Amino acid sequence: MRANAIPSMAAGWRLPNLWDAVAFVCVIGVLVGFGHVAEGTLVPINAPGATQISLDPIHLPEYAVRTTLRMFAALAASLLFTFTYGTAAAKSRRAALVLVPVLDVLQSVPILGFLTFTVVFFMGLFPGQVMGLELAAIFAIFTSQAWNMAFSIYQSLQTVPNDLKECATSFHLTGWQKFWRLEVPFAMPGLVWNTMMSMSGGWFFVVASEAVTVGDHSWKLPGIGSYVAEALDKRDIAAVVYAIVTMLLVILAYDQLLFRPLVAWSAKFRFETTAGATASDPWMLRLVRRTRLLKVVGTAIGDAAVWVGGLRLSLGGAPAQRRRPPSRTVDVIYGAVLAVIVAWALWKVIVFASAALAWSDVRTALVLGVFTLVRVTVLMVIASLVWVPIGVWLGLRPVWARRAQPIAQFLAAFPANLLFPPFVLFIVYFHLDPDIWLTPLMVLGTQWYILFNVVAGAAAFPGDLREAASNFRIGGLLWWRKVIVPGILPYYITGAITASGGSWNAAIVSEVASWGNTHLHAHGLGAYIADATDKGDMARVVLGVVVMSAFVVLFNRLLWRPLYGYAQRRFTL
Amino acid sequence: MDTAVSTQPVLIDVQSCRQAYHKDANADLVVLDGVNLTLHEKEIVALLGRSGSGKSTLLRIVSGLLKPTAGSVTWRGVPVDGPTEGVAMVFQSFALFPWLTVQENVELGLEARGVAKAKREALAEAAIDMIGLGGFENAYPKELSGGMRQRVGLARALVVHPDLLLMDEPFSALDVLTAETLRTDLIDLWVEGKLPVKSVLMVTHNIEEAVLMCDRILVFSSNPGRVASELTVPFPHPRNRLDPAFRQMVDDIYALMTRRAAPEPKSPAAPPPSPLAMPLPRVGTNIMAGLMETLAGEPYNGRADLPALAASLQYEVDDLLPLGEMLQLLHFGVLEEGDISLTDQGRRFVEADVDERKRIFAEALRHYVPLVTMIRQVLDERWNHRASAVRFRDELEDHMSPDYAEDTLRTVIGWGRYAELFAYDEEAEQFSLEDIE
Repeated sequence: MRANAIPSMAAGWRLPNLWDAVAFVCVIGVLVGFGHVAEGTLVPINAPGATQISLDPIHLPEYAVRTTLRMFAALAASLLFTFTYGTAAAKSRRAALVLVPVLDVLQSVPILGFLTFTVVFFMGLFPGQVMGLELAAIFAIFTSQAWNMAFSIYQSLQTVPNDLKECATSFHLTGWQKFWRLEVPFAMPGLVWNTMMSMSGGWFFVVASEAVTVGDHSWKLPGIGSYVAEALDKRDIAAVVYAIVTMLLVILAYDQLLFRPLVAWSAKFRFETTAGATASDPWMLRLVRRTRLLKVVGTAIGDAAVWVGGLRLSLGGAPAQRRRPPSRTVDVIYGAVLAVIVAWALWKVIVFASAALAWSDVRTALVLGVFTLVRVTVLMVIASLVWVPIGVWLGLRPVWARRAQPIAQFLAAFPANLLFPPFVLFIVYFHLDPDIWLTPLMVLGTQWYILFNVVAGAAAFPGDLREAASNFRIGGLLWWRKVIVPGILPYYITGAITASGGSWNAAIVSEVASWGNTHLHAHGLGAYIADATDKGDMARVVLGVVVMSAFVVLFNRLLWRPLYGYAQRRFTL
Repeated sequence: MDTAVSTQPVLIDVQSCRQAYHKDANADLVVLDGVNLTLHEKEIVALLGRSGSGKSTLLRIVSGLLKPTAGSVTWRGVPVDGPTEGVAMVFQSFALFPWLTVQENVELGLEARGVAKAKREALAEAAIDMIGLGGFENAYPKELSGGMRQRVGLARALVVHPDLLLMDEPFSALDVLTAETLRTDLIDLWVEGKLPVKSVLMVTHNIEEAVLMCDRILVFSSNPGRVASELTVPFPHPRNRLDPAFRQMVDDIYALMTRRAAPEPKSPAAPPPSPLAMPLPRVGTNIMAGLMETLAGEPYNGRADLPALAASLQYEVDDLLPLGEMLQLLHFGVLEEGDISLTDQGRRFVEADVDERKRIFAEALRHYVPLVTMIRQVLDERWNHRASAVRFRDELEDHMSPDYAEDTLRTVIGWGRYAELFAYDEEAEQFSLEDIE
């Protein structure tokens, strides 16, 4: 071992390679960009250029940087939230009683509807500064990212294998050490995957959250989202195309530079005892591993993480005391406190609602909810009819599956609202009925989840079952009914749940669309919420959001969860 | 040997230990009852017993991972409260951290103690070399074979120089040859005094393994777990499996483990045991038929010595004993003194054709398995001849742990289906008389 150390030290004196130079430029560039943006946030809100958007494409790189930084700021907040909220829910039985259902509801509430009010709140915190608007935008993005990440870590922490827990305990790891050495690594693959999904979800909100109207005022934070909004106002189709191209490049960049390497790296934390098929490392990960400078930085970060995780802080009490039976009295007190809080909240809601709303409002919202429900259902059926056969075809051909998978994932990450303008133009030009033709916009971004899950399912379909099917000459409809559809069902349902949830959220932005002075308006709950937001009608926004959440939760509980459970029980191979 | 052991200082002392799991509204499930264990320095002790005899639970109590419901545990005279300092554990499933390399896995215990990096590396390297893992330092566990993984588990436990090494069925997840290499390597290190431990306590269900490695064997009985007997192994290392005295000892232990538990003196107030308080292991009808056919044929001709049968079938005692017991339950076979023999009923079953076999089996089920009798009775009484499995599971869980209840129910479903006594719908969790004449 020792003999090895000398040559590698000597090798370290070689001149830095070309990649070092590239990396150096990148690092400096990021730092400069960051400084510039930070400067921008402290400018007074009425300063020239602070909240105006120029459609000149020369500004697009700057806008792209600012939007991306907003995304990552929100991501950082989401990670913080994930590690605190998710961990608390997993570690404390009493906390879990409240935190888990709350998370479940938050997941299905379309926060987009509340955007106006969060803007007012954050601007109150930083009167007259751009910072307030920035924070409001970041918060909106945060609300689209945080929930599924927190859920992911909660679920991972619940399923840490018992023998590893016992092992950590018997070696006297402290609570802190156990968290960083066992629990976080175990949760890592799921967390990375969910972070990637959250990033895609966040883009959708960026476009909606950068340009805000509160009452008579409207602000546009410099960013790609406001650029698109401005382009729509000015009917500038070229600008829309520039924005789409920029967005494509940005997504491609962080996908290649950050998430591909992260996913590949997190594979080492996957809890499996057999060596699976190892895909080749993405080029960025190879770059990090081979570039001397980046490698040094990476190792330093790794060492620091190991050092922090290794601190013998005894968080979470003495290592491994055996569980005492939970105290009954504390349970009762806890329950009573919760009951009081819930009763108080209910009272507040009733007072608020009875002052501003009539029963007819509720009826209107429910009817519109049914319209949207019909839309989502019809679209899910159509999307399934289109993508399941294509997905199966691709999935059963490994070469095609490998090519299709990243493309489908990329399309899912692409914010579909950027593609709305061409649709709107199309509808306006042909004078089509918005009630029908605005509908496809809802699944524009979400249908890809169905595609890539079906591809994954078909690719995992066992070869011997396919051989058996062809040996018995099973073909045509019988093959679909008895062989492939049951085989991919768990995958399909996973994809369909994601797609349908996303479609509900998309309703708020897709049932209303404008192109200059032409406003298209479909009948539905999404349009109802969007209209109420425009008018600043708090009560109706709340009503719309509550009704939508109720629809989503019921849809999940009554349809998707039982279906998913059934598929898991019966069709998991 | 006996006297030599008892003069050594006592490491761990467990007195009248009882472990019970509380079930609401029902009697507690007793896993361990009245167990005493005194462990001295310089001995290897085995806890031998069937699965469910609570031996792994006792190991966790000794390690301080679990606090017994009642009884005292002392470590070098001091009551144990929390994970014991001088104890390291080796797991059946290896319990390696897949994201840490071999070296990092081994260093983990040292790191938790705050040992400085340089010293940590030196100690880990020494342990890795001792256990025969040199050259694998940078490998991740998933790149290693089962045997190599358990070596990592051993190195990780030994690197902290524990006074007591605990091993929970350390070789049962390995194939026969690999397990044997690991056993002999470990014993060689022990005999040469290179193992940095004072004592070893291991859980096993493999009788030969216990006789091969240990100085003392505690044989456990099940339901609830008790120490049925304690044996001293007098042979010096290295031991020879083919030595007649060795064979005799293995035979004797088989006899001990198949001996029917003496009826306990029941306190007058205790209610009579419910007919449902009988856990059934997951034993299928095919394997029962196969065993009966094997017993009926050459060379056994209706009677076989269990160790010999286990060896020729490559079964462990944990696989063979439940099988024998189920034959005994159905009056197809008899277990006594380490032998298993076929009854007349068993012979009739072997000689019968498919339909006749089903009839004989159904007959036996209705006579000797109260749960089957009960299910069939309920089905016959109901107008629609349907009954939910949930109620039977609930009743079973009053008498045993949920896992055992599940196993028992699964076994009965399999048996009932084979005997065509009832049908079962998995999705609806329902028994019925559909398609049953």
